[in-house]
Amino acid sequence: MNTTDQNRPGNSRDPAELEKFQRMATEWWDPNGKFKPLHKFNPVRLEYIRDKVCEHFSKDTSSVRPLEGLRLLDVGCGGGLLCEPMARLGAKVTGVDALEQNIEIASLHAEEVGLEIDYRATTAEDLLAGGETFDIVLNMEVVEHVADPAAFLTDCGRLVAPGGLVFAATLNRTAKAFAMAIVGGEYIMRWLPRGTHDWRKFVKPSELVDGLSGGGIEMLELTGVVYNPLTGLWSQHSGDLDVNYMGVGRKAA
Amino acid sequence: MDMQGLSRDLLVMHKTPAQTQTFEAIVIGAGMAGMTLAHALASAGIEVVVVDRADPAGMLEAGHDGRTTAIAAGSASVLRGIGLWDSIGVHACPIETIRVSDGDSLMFLHFDHRETGDVPLGHIIENRLIRRALFSHAAKRPDLTVMAPARIAEIDRGETGVTVRLADGAELRARVIFACDGRGSATRQDAGIKTTEWRYNQSSFVCSIAHEHPHQNIAHERFLPGGPFALLPMTDLPSPVKGLRHQSSVVWSESNDLVPAIRDLDDAGFTKALGRCVGGFLGEIALASPRFVHPLGLSHALRYTDQRLALVGDAAHAIHPIAGQGLNMGIRDVAALAEVVVDARRLGRDIGDPDILSNYERWRRVDNMMLTVTTDGLTRLFSNDIAPIRAVRDLGLGVVNATPPARRFFMRHAMGVVGDLPRLVRGEAL
Repeated sequence: MNTTDQNRPGNSRDPAELEKFQRMATEWWDPNGKFKPLHKFNPVRLEYIRDKVCEHFSKDTSSVRPLEGLRLLDVGCGGGLLCEPMARLGAKVTGVDALEQNIEIASLHAEEVGLEIDYRATTAEDLLAGGETFDIVLNMEVVEHVADPAAFLTDCGRLVAPGGLVFAATLNRTAKAFAMAIVGGEYIMRWLPRGTHDWRKFVKPSELVDGLSGGGIEMLELTGVVYNPLTGLWSQHSGDLDVNYMGVGRKAA
Repeated sequence: MDMQGLSRDLLVMHKTPAQTQTFEAIVIGAGMAGMTLAHALASAGIEVVVVDRADPAGMLEAGHDGRTTAIAAGSASVLRGIGLWDSIGVHACPIETIRVSDGDSLMFLHFDHRETGDVPLGHIIENRLIRRALFSHAAKRPDLTVMAPARIAEIDRGETGVTVRLADGAELRARVIFACDGRGSATRQDAGIKTTEWRYNQSSFVCSIAHEHPHQNIAHERFLPGGPFALLPMTDLPSPVKGLRHQSSVVWSESNDLVPAIRDLDDAGFTKALGRCVGGFLGEIALASPRFVHPLGLSHALRYTDQRLALVGDAAHAIHPIAGQGLNMGIRDVAALAEVVVDARRLGRDIGDPDILSNYERWRRVDNMMLTVTTDGLTRLFSNDIAPIRAVRDLGLGVVNATPPARRFFMRHAMGVVGDLPRLVRGEAL
């Protein structure tokens, strides 16, 4: 592992956050492990991404490969929980993560399940320096873990090709989010290890919109994602951005 | 001798080189449930392979063997939804009325399709014609591969995928295995999934008969002391038997004490005994197929799923053929499983994910359990000749018959159109 590279300052890398994820990295694909909430949360964000992409690029949601021909970047891909479904849907996927251990685990898993994904241990700012752009950029549950959220969002926006889309999901910096995500999720329900989230790093919708607009992105919509304790399922709730929320923006063609 | 030498040569040729093919799903068993599931998945673009040890040529070339299936309205919708009904429906005889009676008592239930809308209550069709349609359409689906005859040497279900090794050395890889290998499912046993089983002291004679008078699309279910007796309308014979053109299918359940004596009758004697159960309303009758006898029993798997495995149809649950619901339960499994799998795959999810498989199990288990228990109860209730029980059940039939909502409830159950239905059963696209 190239430790000097990992310690180099930038918009993405936050040493404390990286250390936290390094401790959990081996559990990415365990549906009952530390990332269980993310596995439960995955279908609702997959559906959102698929539906918005199909609408924007005029693709058929009932196809099994509607993303064929689209280049997709997942920033902060972790173990590849989003990259793999996107590759199955036909996208040409690049997954980047600042943590080399995540990339190793993601690559190994993709190989086991027979998917071709271009995984790289790098950051948004480094990709930008290389001049690459993508039709779709995903930035899901990542911005609350980076060193400089505003600059990071701007970088993500710049990575979007003209006419492309960017998706972002995060937690809102509200009292309710503190109660639900930190007290409820980490201390009471113990869905996530304590300290997974730092409330001070949560992102207000206005900050998300501003950060992305710096990268040339016009936000199209934001929607809340709420948990139903009775069914154990997450679902979209357009009016409630107080805790978990996500959204999509576009870059002019 | 020559044939043996030839097949040995073929075996050797198959052994080298061992090739690996990748699919998304492996269906074990090319019976009606397995092939329908494979068609449903492939119709949505999911690459699937069906493996069966039997040679389909043998099943397809045989003449009519007397085995028929009652396809409920809901199952016909499923077959229509995956583009198979047109070629199956042409051979199927619609049931417009069902008459249920208790022995020769006058009490009976009368179900008419006009009460639930103008759709037939179901269809009767020869099994081999369904199979033929399922196989001949398979060739037209680019995402559907059938490997038969092929013997499975080993099944390896890992955390991230499955591998099936065939006896000829070929290797099939996929995300998940769907076991459709019937009542005695080797795949289920291999996975260590236990079943609850009951055996009845009954067996069923199955055959088809030619008869003089038309059946008027009426199905008869008669509860005789030895067990239920069903007479099901079929399409006319292509060539008359003993000058008789009209055709019906018979499922005659009898107590095991009497089975050997009936089985050992010659065709003339059997036809005569059968004639006494049928009564005279069809006029002269004659055997139109070979006859079979099957012991009756129920089985239900304690679980439908395991790591990267789901049981479907008879592999999960086999019931008494009393209400003609066996294959229909299987088709509803297929519709539910295809829906959860296709929905998940359209989101790019791994279709062997335990979450997805348990959604299928939760959806189907209660419905299958209910039908199993109901048929079991019906069998016990109707398979005896004790006067008080008979009086009560006759009263019950009379009450149901006199109450249109109750009658509609039973009809809709028999048609397979109640409960939280899969899209295909509702007649919608997958």
